[in-house]
Amino acid sequence: MTHTRAGFHQLIREDGSLVDEENAQLDFRVLKELMRRMVFTRRWDERAIKLSQQGRIGYHAPVMGQEAAVIGTEAAMNRDDFIVPAYRELPSLYWHGYPMHQLFLYTLGHQHGGNVPKDVHCFVPQIIVGAQIVQAVGVGLAFKIKKEQRVAVTYIGDGGTSQGDFYEGINFAGALDAPVVVVVQNNGYAISLSRDKQTKAETLAHKAVAAGIEGVQVDGMDVAAVYDVMKTALTRARMGLGPTLIEAVNYRLMPHTLSGDDPSRYRSSAEEDEWRAKDPLIRLRILLSERGLWSHQDESEAIAAADDEIEKALELVERTPKMTQDDLINYVFETPPQDLKTQGKEYQWQR
Amino acid sequence: MAEMTMVEAIRDALDVSLREDPRLLVFGEDVGVNGGVFRATDGLQEKYGEDRVFDTPLAESAIAGLAVGLAMQGFKSVAEIQFLGFVYEAMDQILSQSARMRYRTRGRYTCPVVFRAPFGGGVKAPELHCDSFEGHFVQSPGIKVVIPSNAYDAKGLLLSSISDPDPVIFLEHLQLYRSSRMDVPVGHYTVEIGKAKVVRLGTDVSLFSYGAMVAIAVAAAEELQKSGISLEVIDLRTLSPMDMETVVTSIRKTHRAAILQEASRSAGVAPELIAKINEQAIYFLEGPVIRITPPDTFFPFASLEREWLPDVARVVEAIYRMMTT
Ligand SMILES: Cc1ncc(C[n+]2csc(CCOP(=O)(O)OP(=O)(O)O)c2C)c(N)n1
Repeated sequence: MTHTRAGFHQLIREDGSLVDEENAQLDFRVLKELMRRMVFTRRWDERAIKLSQQGRIGYHAPVMGQEAAVIGTEAAMNRDDFIVPAYRELPSLYWHGYPMHQLFLYTLGHQHGGNVPKDVHCFVPQIIVGAQIVQAVGVGLAFKIKKEQRVAVTYIGDGGTSQGDFYEGINFAGALDAPVVVVVQNNGYAISLSRDKQTKAETLAHKAVAAGIEGVQVDGMDVAAVYDVMKTALTRARMGLGPTLIEAVNYRLMPHTLSGDDPSRYRSSAEEDEWRAKDPLIRLRILLSERGLWSHQDESEAIAAADDEIEKALELVERTPKMTQDDLINYVFETPPQDLKTQGKEYQWQR
Repeated sequence: MAEMTMVEAIRDALDVSLREDPRLLVFGEDVGVNGGVFRATDGLQEKYGEDRVFDTPLAESAIAGLAVGLAMQGFKSVAEIQFLGFVYEAMDQILSQSARMRYRTRGRYTCPVVFRAPFGGGVKAPELHCDSFEGHFVQSPGIKVVIPSNAYDAKGLLLSSISDPDPVIFLEHLQLYRSSRMDVPVGHYTVEIGKAKVVRLGTDVSLFSYGAMVAIAVAAAEELQKSGISLEVIDLRTLSPMDMETVVTSIRKTHRAAILQEASRSAGVAPELIAKINEQAIYFLEGPVIRITPPDTFFPFASLEREWLPDVARVVEAIYRMMTT
């Protein structure tokens, strides 16, 4: 019998204190690395917002406020676990090995952005909300058939859990006992629709019950807790104990995207401030600093590393040849039909 | 009269209809509190209440199916699909359910729903926000397909669509939302569904187009005028049913026809119109009908869209070649 593990998993409180000081088994080396990645990612997000406004990269879906859930889940994976992402988890892909410049190219609408390197185990970000969930089950089933100890991990937002594909996917995952972990990023909003208007379900983790799979709700602002529940979910999946749905409760601190979304139309700044206080970086910074494990220098080094990586990525973007008509024509089929080749030739492309 | 952009005219049509018809409901993703991601429903929830203008959870099949069920109980709906690229999620409810309702019940139930969706390229949007998928709907019986090219037509056609007894898919090109303002009558007026419009008179070639391509067609006509070629530009406005009377009348005069569309080449509006011209006007033609379209690829990622979209130069060249060979 599967069941939903009740309660809201949290290890580090908002103020940086530990929920269970006595029994906490934290690996501080891991936590420090998670801190470094979150600071790096925050910097990247801040820069990406500006770069997107300047047109140096394309559309950007900010991840600020969701770093713990995006990074904590990825860090718990094995390198050969496979991610089927939505559009907001670019940092998860990056930490899984996806080159940053290709992520930039993806945002710019350049085909090379989606040409996933052979040794990076993931699919590309994809626009249709929900489509990734059913696909992840297919990936997981393949691992099961091949008897590989690998897990398919997919991400979706709170809004996405209303899609038919979501329900179909978690049901398939259960029915086929596929090694799958579905990470629901409950960031409070689907564009303008708040989570309480999205569904009457008490928690999104409850949706696991009907599918007969494990469901867990975790403080998505607490990277240690996210890492912890993700490790458990991955282990269960690897051992053939079935899929898990993890609901990470966090907040999208920025607009939905930078293409005209105005959060003041649907939420108050008081609410935003409340969530800002729960920032995943703040609490871990306190916890680590108090133990002498995180310094100003660590912070500036992580930021400098991000700046450095971003500069390199931008250079590579600039050096990448522009996408051509052949790139378009030649990747519709393995062999372009004669008719399509003719159309391509007759179309006057360069003007 | 009031000066409006196309998106304002659409909002105004919804406003007028909500005021006039208490059975009308407007819903979709982000249409309520947010007023639509393009503000096409801005302020309407405030004005008409949450019962009549509301946000739905994120699920296109349920949005379309909700409208079908509401129709069984005498309600009318304007259901928004946030981008046409997401319509596949709702295809069963739109084509297999709503379009077939009248036929399936011998008219006992009907489905007077308007499915609104933005679409169209040239705004550097991510994948599946731009594609011209109107051809899928043109192939289906039981649903009308409307694409306005300007604010005046948008309001008049949307008002007609809402009072139409059958389902209508109403597609709004992203580039046209705010590209210009024009005088739009206040209150109720209609532009008839199934009627094309001659937007520029000419004598040498009939150029048929719709949506954002109409402006390109007109600009090309002006360009070609300089070389003494006179284009008659026709805005189809409704793609199903097609106004063959206007099409044939124009061809009887010009004896040449070309079709300009943003959608890729095969099995869509242009091929269908060519087939109809073949059936109804072939003896008036001096040469084959040409289609000016992008090739049969996906709508390209943003970095290549400028090159892919038909432009004035391409139209001029195609017409010129047609006239000289
Ligand atoms: C099938 C489909 N419908 C609608 C959209 C438009 N859309 C993009 S993001 C979004 C909201 C998604 O909200 P949520 O799932 O909560 O994820 P978040 O953006 O908050 O990460 C919507 C409606 C889409 N991309 N795909």
